Amino acid sequence: MIQYFHSVRLDVEKCKGCTNCIKHCPTEAIRVHDGKATIMEERCIDCGECIKCCPNHAKYAYTATIEKLKEYKYNIALPAPSFFGQFKENEKIEDILQAFLHIGFDEVFEVSVAAELVAFILHKQLSKPGQKKPVFSSACPAVLRLMQIKFPELLEQITHVLSPMEVAARIARQEAAKKTGIAYDEIGAIFISPCPAKVTEVKQPVKSKHSAVNGVIGANLIYKDIIKNLYKGPVDKDNFHANGGRIHKSTKRGMSWGYLTGESKSIELDKTLAVSGIHNVISLLEEIERGELQDVDFIELQSCNAGCVGGPLNIQNSFVGRVHLRDLITRYGIQPSYYNEKEILDIYEQKHFESTQPVMPRPIMILDEDVSKALIKMERLDRLTNEFPGLDCGACGSPSCRALAEDIIRGIAFETDCVIKLRDRVNTLAQEILDLARIMPPAMAVGASKKEDK
Amino acid sequence: MTEMEACTPQITLDFPIGEKDFFIAGESASKVKKILQQLGLKQDIVRKVAIIIYEAAMNVSIHASHGQLKVRVDPESISVETEDTGAGIPDIDLAMKEGYSTAPYEIREMGFGAGMGLPNIKQCSDELSIESKVGKGTTLKATVYFVSSTCVI
Repeated sequence: MIQYFHSVRLDVEKCKGCTNCIKHCPTEAIRVHDGKATIMEERCIDCGECIKCCPNHAKYAYTATIEKLKEYKYNIALPAPSFFGQFKENEKIEDILQAFLHIGFDEVFEVSVAAELVAFILHKQLSKPGQKKPVFSSACPAVLRLMQIKFPELLEQITHVLSPMEVAARIARQEAAKKTGIAYDEIGAIFISPCPAKVTEVKQPVKSKHSAVNGVIGANLIYKDIIKNLYKGPVDKDNFHANGGRIHKSTKRGMSWGYLTGESKSIELDKTLAVSGIHNVISLLEEIERGELQDVDFIELQSCNAGCVGGPLNIQNSFVGRVHLRDLITRYGIQPSYYNEKEILDIYEQKHFESTQPVMPRPIMILDEDVSKALIKMERLDRLTNEFPGLDCGACGSPSCRALAEDIIRGIAFETDCVIKLRDRVNTLAQEILDLARIMPPAMAVGASKKEDK
Repeated sequence: MTEMEACTPQITLDFPIGEKDFFIAGESASKVKKILQQLGLKQDIVRKVAIIIYEAAMNVSIHASHGQLKVRVDPESISVETEDTGAGIPDIDLAMKEGYSTAPYEIREMGFGAGMGLPNIKQCSDELSIESKVGKGTTLKATVYFVSSTCVI
């Protein structure tokens, strides 16, 4: 049995047992039993849809806190591109980056810088002929997990290039080790995340054995500290400025990865597509599975609406965040890129970009290993589904009538969990009781039978 | 022997297809795909069956006024059957040729009717039979066996 780590968790106290979350979950991973939701570990992809829709805020993302910095000698903050969309229009990017140094980080390395490198490499790789198209982005870890469960056949079309977060951690830690003389293992790279899926990706990476990221702090947990330290002026750690250093290193090409279309446009190829929202992603992948869009070079897939700015751990509404980020890009996105082509290729040579293991399928929907047995179960499943009212009301705790039938087959639910079925049973029972009540004891029934004779 | 056959587990799925109902093809292919995945069938088989269903159902909705799609799964194979009351195919060999199409202009304008439907179905199925009467309709039956496609090494 595989042990799954999940960032998305339930606050049992807050859960009122309503059925909002079971309806929104793209992998039907939640059930409500005994008045509380439970997440099926093997199905959850940590997309955070349930966090977004829970009216009682009972779903939350487990992430590290600023305390994590104590574990390392030298700490590097890796803010996600979307993080910069969380601030007011007129904030300066330098102020935001400096604030990380004020709250205890020794260095800040924008993930957008790594996104530029990834875009450069992707452009190079995708320009070569003879590849199976379309190639899928691997930046969104929730989409990766969705594909493992629902689209095993498309897994080989996921790019081998790692996500910007991973590339950022590798480069930042290695450069810091060189610069400071501190051992690689004593340098912590802490990702500032818009979503729970990244936390899970760092603990249990899909494309490599270990992640180079040492910890993930939710954007929501660090936002206040950053705001408080916005205007404290520059901190000159390690004579950074004296050495001609540049704290804001990224350009538009990488910064725009924070919202939908940023990634696909940055690859600079004609035929690309960008899709956001986990349910839209599912319907598009279904089309592609049937052979559609084979002439599209690259598809950016984002679990959250509007891309990472729509992440469940962000502060701003996704559209507001997008506007703010675009505004910031207009003001600070035009500058020469930090690494030149030769430097990027050098980093590429060191294999900082490639995944070390294939993305494996997770066929968790299977009814039985044996096809004959699975068919028998499927026959029963179909019969049960037809017997249910088809309301998909969710009162049974399963997301739909069909899901309830599946749960019964799997032995975790009962037919009478269905309120309509239960009502029918009560009805039958009531009829029986009524019939019984009409029967008179023989000693009293004489008159009754005489009356009937008249 | 007959008793054994009676015991063989089997599921059947029916989908009615209406004229110019372009959504039913994709919808039924997705539904069947999900079921085949739950049965634990190999990806390759699931893909082939999904393509057959999509193309066959598309043919019915483009060329016929009414039809029926039937998918049957048993422990050894999957068969996909479409039956329609359409125009019928005068020359089946010609219809099997890649790029040959009789789809009307407006259908082609929608991006369908490229003349790849039947060739695709043929490529994906282990057995294929088509019976057609001009003016009456067409019956197509495609079968995919699990063993022929799954027996590797």
